[in-house]
Amino acid sequence: MATKKPSRIDVKKTYKLYINGAFPRSESGRVFEVTAKNGNFVANPALASRKDLRDAVTAARAAQSGWAKATAYNRGQILYRIAEMLEGRSEQFESEIALTSHTTPAKAKALVSEAIDRWVWYAGWSDKLQAVSGATNPVSGPFFNFSISEPQGVVAVASSESFIEFSDAVAAAVVSGNTAVVLVPGGLAVPAMSFAEVLATSDLPAGVINILTGSLDELAPWAASHMDIDGFDITGIQKKKHGALKEAGAENLKRIHSFGSGKTPTRILAFMESKTVWHSVGI
Amino acid sequence: MTFEYAPAPESRSIVSIKPKYGHFINGSFVAGKKHFPTINPATEEILSHIALGGVSDVDKAVMAAQKAYTKTWSKLSGKERGKYLYRIARILQERAREFAVLETLDNGKPIRETRDIDIPLVAAHFFYHAGWADKLDYAGLGHSPKAYGVAGQIIPWNFPLLMLAWKVAPALATGNTVVLKPAETTSLTALLFAEVCQQAELPDGVVNIVTGDGSTGAAIVNHPGVHKIAFTGSTDVGKKIARAIASTDKKATLELGGKGANIVFDDAPIDETVEGIVNGIFFNQGHVCCAGSRLIVQESVAEEIIEKLKVRMAKIRVGDPLDKNTDLGAINSKEQLVKIKELSAIGDAEGAERWSPQCNLSNKGFWFAPTIFTGVTQAHRIAQEEIFGPVLSVLTFRTPQEAMDKANNTPFGLSAGIWSEKGSRIFWASQHLKAGVIWANTFNKFDPASPFGGYKESGWGREGGRHGLAAYLKTGKETGAK
Repeated sequence: MATKKPSRIDVKKTYKLYINGAFPRSESGRVFEVTAKNGNFVANPALASRKDLRDAVTAARAAQSGWAKATAYNRGQILYRIAEMLEGRSEQFESEIALTSHTTPAKAKALVSEAIDRWVWYAGWSDKLQAVSGATNPVSGPFFNFSISEPQGVVAVASSESFIEFSDAVAAAVVSGNTAVVLVPGGLAVPAMSFAEVLATSDLPAGVINILTGSLDELAPWAASHMDIDGFDITGIQKKKHGALKEAGAENLKRIHSFGSGKTPTRILAFMESKTVWHSVGI
Repeated sequence: MTFEYAPAPESRSIVSIKPKYGHFINGSFVAGKKHFPTINPATEEILSHIALGGVSDVDKAVMAAQKAYTKTWSKLSGKERGKYLYRIARILQERAREFAVLETLDNGKPIRETRDIDIPLVAAHFFYHAGWADKLDYAGLGHSPKAYGVAGQIIPWNFPLLMLAWKVAPALATGNTVVLKPAETTSLTALLFAEVCQQAELPDGVVNIVTGDGSTGAAIVNHPGVHKIAFTGSTDVGKKIARAIASTDKKATLELGGKGANIVFDDAPIDETVEGIVNGIFFNQGHVCCAGSRLIVQESVAEEIIEKLKVRMAKIRVGDPLDKNTDLGAINSKEQLVKIKELSAIGDAEGAERWSPQCNLSNKGFWFAPTIFTGVTQAHRIAQEEIFGPVLSVLTFRTPQEAMDKANNTPFGLSAGIWSEKGSRIFWASQHLKAGVIWANTFNKFDPASPFGGYKESGWGREGGRHGLAAYLKTGKETGAK
């Protein structure tokens, strides 16, 4: 009786969260199932809890001043490094996206290429934002008066399931010096957690980007009402749910915005604050 | 010897106040149904009766603004819009003294301030924005940015006409039409501004003014025909507005409260600093959202600064706002006076030490002597809450980092001041302060070319400068929004 030699058994990845540069499981112990188009099992990513969100905010807050203090050149290089790491692993992302977003390999390849290009595009903004958003203001009096833009602080991002939109939202939030807590729904959990590995190898300081996978319906209201989150990009959430989130966010006058598709510096500036300084001039 | 000043009152004969006012809708005054008195807070004399706008008045004003937007204002070129604004600026300059006296009568602030600061800045705001009207393509907001339509604007009582100018000038320059509600206690200069619009032959309905109270403001916020809200006032009301419009497509700029830190380093020029502290907290009776209401002074110079500050405070002249020598006028309303007294009493109860110079305050009207509290800690309510009066809380620090931590330890983020002779230290501090406006070796300076607005719970958006235009134009974000 001929026995078929068993083929090698795959070593499969455990999909966890990305908080403060580490990969913890959800403290809740919860997971959810991601399947392929044919219904086959793909992975059990973590179903993040409110406590995970709080931990991520704590990490993001702790990392924020250091990240904002890094030179714009340095931040730009790190975002570019993320693009380099993505490029090197593009085949992995293409296959994960094809599998989990139920699309063709050709489309997945185009998606990943575009996402990489978006990271390059945003990287270049780091040391140009001030030149286009700042001003010296000709006030009537003996003062040197100028306006500069500064990051708001901690920005939450509710991503759609598109890897390009995820890239736009995250890059726009952090390039200026904000730190981010990114909420990732559905099948995007799989490439998003592989993306966390990209971040972990891009010299990005721990806590600058934190990624939570799970249910936006659960996580987004908690993010909206969290008093230590300054801004919230809710592009990935259906418009009919925006009102409730904005209402919850009013308690600390959170800056809550959503954006159309396409890359724009407006998205970066929406999570920055303009600061105007008056210097008296004299001898 | 002591020098006594003879009274030097500005004549009020230049103003004529009607016994009763209606709303200004679609280019003319329309009678109100109910009225409430508006008083001179320095004397409690009833100046006039102001119409209490209801939902139907607001509705008429919004309809007029919508019609004006579609039929005339949006069809005018920027060049022509700008010429109307230039006209308004010039008429305001011509009638500046009249506005200054009327503002002082209705608000209680010294004539020296209305004459030299408020009204000149009002004219400057219109003049500045007039020039933007035909240059919006170059404002960095994308090609041919579009107006929202009808802007609903709700302004406070501390700088009545100046806040009107901050709201109306950019709204008109960018092509929006306006429904504006002045504050309940200070409507008179807004109603006089309506006359300026008539003299400038501004098309009917481009500016509409509905007077009233909080309920009138709420009617503007909730009106479906209003596309953009601009509000200056308390953080509490700002949050209510944010909730009220959460499920709508309305945009908002909110310019809210503050608890400004005025930071004095040990190398500061002492005499100039003392002047700056006085200007920071006692300008406009401390009714200033960006007031330097927390003095954060380095321990090694604290004693000297406070001693000199007390000497200087004893020279502040409190009294008749129409007197040209007056430094500190009347508190704007009884309600505000009660609030200032309450928070000051809490300062006493929490163990801070209160000091005021001897002042002869009139029995009539609403008055509060310039006051400082020393020995204040960060936990004290007078270090956390906006008093909006001539009351300064003094805290001390040892290291520069401690000064930054204390300055930023508030939910607000509107303004801050830095006093030091060392340039690099000033830049270091200005980088660390979470505030939208920072004054270095000066305080409480305003200019139409300079953006104003706060971080955190001090509000959304900026007013003034190129940045302020974004508040009234659909930028890339909105035009590309889902």
